[in-house]
Amino acid sequence: MDTQGGVLQALARQARFLTTALRRLAAGARIFQLGHRMGDPMQETEFVTMPDSGAGYPVLRVRNLKTYFDTDRGLVKSVDGVSFDIAPGETLAVVGESGSGKSVTSLSIMALLDKAHGKVVDGVMAFRSKDGRTQDLRVASEAEMRKIRGNDISMIFQEPMTSLNPVFTVGDQIAESVVLHQKLSRPAARKAAIDMLKVVGISAAEKRVDDYPHQMSGGMRQRVMVAMALSCRPTLLIADEPTTALDVTIQAQILDLMKRLQREIGMSILFITHDLGVVAEVAERVAVMYGGLIVEEGDVVSVLTRPKHPYTIGLLNSVPGARRRSGEEEGPKRLYAIPGNVPDPRNRPAGCLFAARCTHAIDACRAEMPPLLDTGGGQAARCIRWQEVAS
Amino acid sequence: MSTAGDAAMVGPDADKPLLSIRNLKTHFAIGGGLLRPKGGAVRAVDDVSFDISRGEVVGLVGESGSGKTTIGRSILRLVKPTGGEVVFDGVDVAALTAAEFQPYRRRMQFIFQDPYASLDPRKSVGAIIGEALSIHRLGTRAERPGRITHLLEQVGLGADAMARYPHEFSGGQRQRIGIARALAVDPEFIVADEPVSALDVSVQAQIVNLIQDLQTSLGLTMLFVAHDLAVVEHLCDRVIVMYLGRIMEIAPKAALYSRPRHPYTKALLSAIPRVDPTIRKERILLEGDIPSPINPPSGCVFRTRCPYAIDACADVVPPRVTVGENHVSACIRTELT
Repeated sequence: MDTQGGVLQALARQARFLTTALRRLAAGARIFQLGHRMGDPMQETEFVTMPDSGAGYPVLRVRNLKTYFDTDRGLVKSVDGVSFDIAPGETLAVVGESGSGKSVTSLSIMALLDKAHGKVVDGVMAFRSKDGRTQDLRVASEAEMRKIRGNDISMIFQEPMTSLNPVFTVGDQIAESVVLHQKLSRPAARKAAIDMLKVVGISAAEKRVDDYPHQMSGGMRQRVMVAMALSCRPTLLIADEPTTALDVTIQAQILDLMKRLQREIGMSILFITHDLGVVAEVAERVAVMYGGLIVEEGDVVSVLTRPKHPYTIGLLNSVPGARRRSGEEEGPKRLYAIPGNVPDPRNRPAGCLFAARCTHAIDACRAEMPPLLDTGGGQAARCIRWQEVAS
Repeated sequence: MSTAGDAAMVGPDADKPLLSIRNLKTHFAIGGGLLRPKGGAVRAVDDVSFDISRGEVVGLVGESGSGKTTIGRSILRLVKPTGGEVVFDGVDVAALTAAEFQPYRRRMQFIFQDPYASLDPRKSVGAIIGEALSIHRLGTRAERPGRITHLLEQVGLGADAMARYPHEFSGGQRQRIGIARALAVDPEFIVADEPVSALDVSVQAQIVNLIQDLQTSLGLTMLFVAHDLAVVEHLCDRVIVMYLGRIMEIAPKAALYSRPRHPYTKALLSAIPRVDPTIRKERILLEGDIPSPINPPSGCVFRTRCPYAIDACADVVPPRVTVGENHVSACIRTELT
């Protein structure tokens, strides 16, 4: 009896597994069709053929990027129409809380999405590589992306321990991309790795090159990640919360290092973070994301000192000590807290996504999604009441 | 440093402190297993003394490896201290047997950092909070649902939360459940270990306000362990700065943030990124990493990274010097301002 029961149970498990697998396959097919349907209109193609030369043109121009995930519990529109430019040598910070779509934006650019579930369904990501060619990363083949990743665009992640391979020495891991993209010999690549370790400030680089990641501290591992990312002198560095796991004194070291190398190499940085203090430290321009959309953007001083969108204002006010800095003698007794929670991404309301938590919301806010409105001085906010809100 | 002298220096002028930590040491032995030879010890907490008065909120700050979490855990005996005294309400609880300590577990509670890992996923919220009540035999079985409802309302959750499971809640809501569990047994003293570090900024503000409201209305005494100096500045009366298992500086909040005296505190405060990009402040950039706690530097443990270190810093563990009212700093270079 018992064995029979066991066999039956195992069969039932198998059947469940198969059903889930089939459902996921179907979901994949659905999202693929969706992508084709939405990608058809060619109204955005002008950006793909932007001129190849001229320093004034952005390194990366993203237009109307939409990345959707098909999950068991419904379609999640993680990124739902995001547009931005990054100029040569510029740092753009994308800030937002968990689930705002900031990391998915960066994974879409790098074509690193989990393809079984997620797909870029619309938009253009026009990237100008080192050789001056401009191409749309959304339609680039996997072979083309392999040439771009690590060479033209590099990425640093939050957790240096999980992004480094524990079974290879750090020297091998830095040398890998140099061998691949610059076709250097092994000994030359090893020397390049040692040089990079020196550049990122690791002492005794000749010895440390043979260390494994676990032999290093968190700060040193993040320096190794920076060395790997910059070994081929990329045009664009995507840094996804690179200092979040580090202590403040080590964070200060890494941010200083990134700024120094940016000046030397002249690369652009897309800096993804939730920390407004880090934004103030590194960025020239800021895009604030909420619910898969940019709700405010502009230069860093304008956005952080004269925010126009109620969400940005709320976020800045909820940082401890924020209001004392703005002139009040004694700090507030209580922190400002934005009421409510982020809306469920599977069931987003019509109109402004922030309306349910906003003290300024009127009926018109809930009727239709507000466009990104120019508020002057190169700043824009997705709020129809920005004039009342800001005054 | 003498015990009596410490008490005079760190104790605020109120009545007898609720908690007095005296020369607390918590070391973790390395190796000693079947295949690994017995090595040295990680000196996570090394000769730490401080007091907390009733109703006071004291911040304990420092970087990873400074020993701040281990102090909190040692006080509540979640790890066993190697030496020293933990005097709670006149009794050295570090010397008690497990059975003798049991009543003190009701009076001292812990709020954990990770609201995902610290709640049993197989228990409903009602069962999680109810367990605390039944262990300490508080109230009758019939009274408990009412008590749990009241606790949930106190932390801003509805009574309907009782029948639901932890996975149904967001990070901020889970932290509210963790707080309700800690408050269930009417504690006098709470160790909050990085309770808002894992939360988003807007949710963090909600939980900080909740902790502040509850502390005031219930008159709780609290040790708030954190690495975020801005949250500590907002919430605490007094701040203890730790580095590599030792106390560097203790000061009332206002004095610490406006006029830090220890070089480490100065560097730590200067490293916090400020939200206002128009402020260009001078930054003290520390070189290198925190040294190994297995083999800490002689004398002052901070001297290997200190911009002001002199030869004498290697010779003696710096005694605490009173530099202001209730303000002590463990640095021999008192001539530095």
